Amino acid sequence: MLRNSRTERLVALVLVAPFLAIYLLAFVYPTVQMFRISFTDAPLIGAGQWVGLDNYLRLDNDPMFRRALWNTAYFVLMTVVPGTLIALLIALGVSRLKGRFQSIVLALFFLPYILPVSVVYLIWDWTLNFQFGIAMHVLDWLGIPRVPVFKSRVWFLPAVAGVTIWWTAGFSILLFLAGLRSIPAEIYEAAALDNSTRWTTFRRITWPLLWPVTSLVFTIQLILQLKIFDQVYLFSIGGRPNDNMVLVYYVFQKAFQQNQGGRAAAVAVTLFMLVVVVSVLQFQLLRFAERRRR
Amino acid sequence: MKVMAAQRWNFWGGIITALTLVWAVLWAFPLYWGVISSLKPDDEVVRPYIELWPQTPTLENYISAVTTTQIGAWYVNSVAVAVGVTVITIFISTLCGYAISQLRFPGRIALWWLILASFMVPISALIINHFVLVANLGLINSWAGIMLPQLIHPVIIIVYKQFFDQVPKDFREAAVMDNASEFGILFKIYMPMNWGVTTALSIVCFIWTWNAFLWPFLSVTRTEMMTITVGITQVNDAFGVYYARQLSAAVLAGLPVALAYLFFQRRVTEAITLSAGIKG
Repeated sequence: MLRNSRTERLVALVLVAPFLAIYLLAFVYPTVQMFRISFTDAPLIGAGQWVGLDNYLRLDNDPMFRRALWNTAYFVLMTVVPGTLIALLIALGVSRLKGRFQSIVLALFFLPYILPVSVVYLIWDWTLNFQFGIAMHVLDWLGIPRVPVFKSRVWFLPAVAGVTIWWTAGFSILLFLAGLRSIPAEIYEAAALDNSTRWTTFRRITWPLLWPVTSLVFTIQLILQLKIFDQVYLFSIGGRPNDNMVLVYYVFQKAFQQNQGGRAAAVAVTLFMLVVVVSVLQFQLLRFAERRRR
Repeated sequence: MKVMAAQRWNFWGGIITALTLVWAVLWAFPLYWGVISSLKPDDEVVRPYIELWPQTPTLENYISAVTTTQIGAWYVNSVAVAVGVTVITIFISTLCGYAISQLRFPGRIALWWLILASFMVPISALIINHFVLVANLGLINSWAGIMLPQLIHPVIIIVYKQFFDQVPKDFREAAVMDNASEFGILFKIYMPMNWGVTTALSIVCFIWTWNAFLWPFLSVTRTEMMTITVGITQVNDAFGVYYARQLSAAVLAGLPVALAYLFFQRRVTEAITLSAGIKG
C-alpha cells in the first residue's frame, strides 16, 4: 500500500513531541547532570569546581558509604530471597482455591501492596509499639521479653525487611499466579494418572515450568529493594538513621542535609550503575522467556 | 491403590487450603487492627490487653485528625497531583505508543531505546538533579513540581505499543482508504478498541502516584502543600503522640487506593501483571 511518508513523518513528530519534551526535561537532562556534577564539588544548588575522580576515590575509605552499601546488601538479602519464596508458597495455596473465594483470599494477601508506604509504616509502628503494640502482648503471652524493635540496632533492618515483605508480597503473588495459570492442566492430569506424589509433581512440573516467572520476580524484587529508602527513613524517625544507613538514604543525607551535591551524586551514580546492571540482566531474562513461549 | 492415593491427595489438599486461609487472615490482621484501633477512644487504645472490637466505637479520632491537622489540604493536593500525573502520562503514552507501533519515521529506533533506557534507570538515583531542576524552575512547593519527575512511566508506553501492535492491520488499511487522518485512526479506532487497557493503566497510575513518597517528600517544605502520604508522617504533637489519631489519618490516606483496588480488582491486577512484562 502506498503511504504518504512526508505526512506520516509530520504526524509522528506531533505525536511524539509531548513525550520527548517531558522525557528530555525530566529524565535525560537530570541523568546527564548527575554524571556531570559527580565530578565536581558542587553544593546542592549552584556550581562547583571540577575535581575529577575525587568524589569516587573518597568513597573507597568512607565508613558511612561502606555501611550504606553493606546495609543495602543485607536488606536485599533479607527481602528478596525470603520474599520470593513466601510469595510462591502463598500463590501455590491461593491457586488451589476457586472463583469468588479465591479472589477474596487473594485480596487479603494483596491489600497491603496497594497501600502507601506511610500507611504501612503507621500500622506496623503501632502493631510493634514497645508499650502498647499488640505484638508485644503476644510476646508477653509467650514469655519472651519485649523488644524495642525499631530502636534496636540488631532488629531494625530485619524488622523493616519483614514489613517490606508483607507490604510487597502481593505483587509477586500476582505474577506467580499468572505463571501458574499458564501451565496446562493436562500436564497435571497426566502426572495424577501416573500416581505422582505432590512433591514430585511440584519438583518435576511446577518448579521448572514456573522458572521464568520466578527469575522475573526475583530480579524485579532485587531492583526494587536496592532502591530502599522510604521504609528505612520512616522507621528511623526518632531513632538512629546513621546505624541504618542505606544507599538512597546516604544520597539524601549528603545532598539535602549536608549540602554536598557533588559527593552525593557520586553515590547516586554508584547506585545507578548497580541497578542498570541488574536491569539489563532482567531485560535479557524477559527476552529469553518471551522466546521460549513461542 | 488408586482410591487410597486420591484420598491422600484430598486430605493433604484440605490441610493446605485450611493453612492458606489461616495465613490469609493473619496476613491481613494488622490492617484490621489498625482500623479497629482508630475507632477506639483514647483510653481504650492503650489498654494492656487485646480487645478485638471497640467497646465504645467512636469517630472522635477522625474528627480530631480533620480538625487539628491540614489533612483536607493534603487530600486536595494528593487528588490534584494523582489526577494530573495520570491524565498527562496516559495522554503522552498513547500518542507515543501509537507512533512507535504504527508509523514509520526516522529516529523511531532511537526513541524506542530512550524508552527502554528510562525503564532501566532508577529514578530515585536522580533525586538530586530533579530537585535542582524543579528548584531552578521555581516549582518547589507546587503541584507542578511534585508532578514533573513522576511523569516518567515508560512501562505504560511499552504496554500501549504491545496492544496497538495487536490490532489487526485491516482496520488501519480500511481507514486509510477512507482518507481518515492519523489522529482519526488513533482516536476513533485504536483508542476505543483498547479502552480496557486504558482504564486499567489509569487506575494503577493513579495508585502509584497517590502512594509515591520519596519525591513528594523532597519537593515540598510547606505543610499545607504536602500530599497526604507525606503529611501523615510529618505531623507530631509537642505533647506525645496520639496513636489512634495517627491511625485514623492513615486510614483516610489509604482509603481511596484501597477502594479503587476493591472496586476494580480485576483491572488493577491485570494492569500490574502487564506492567511487569507478563501478559495475563
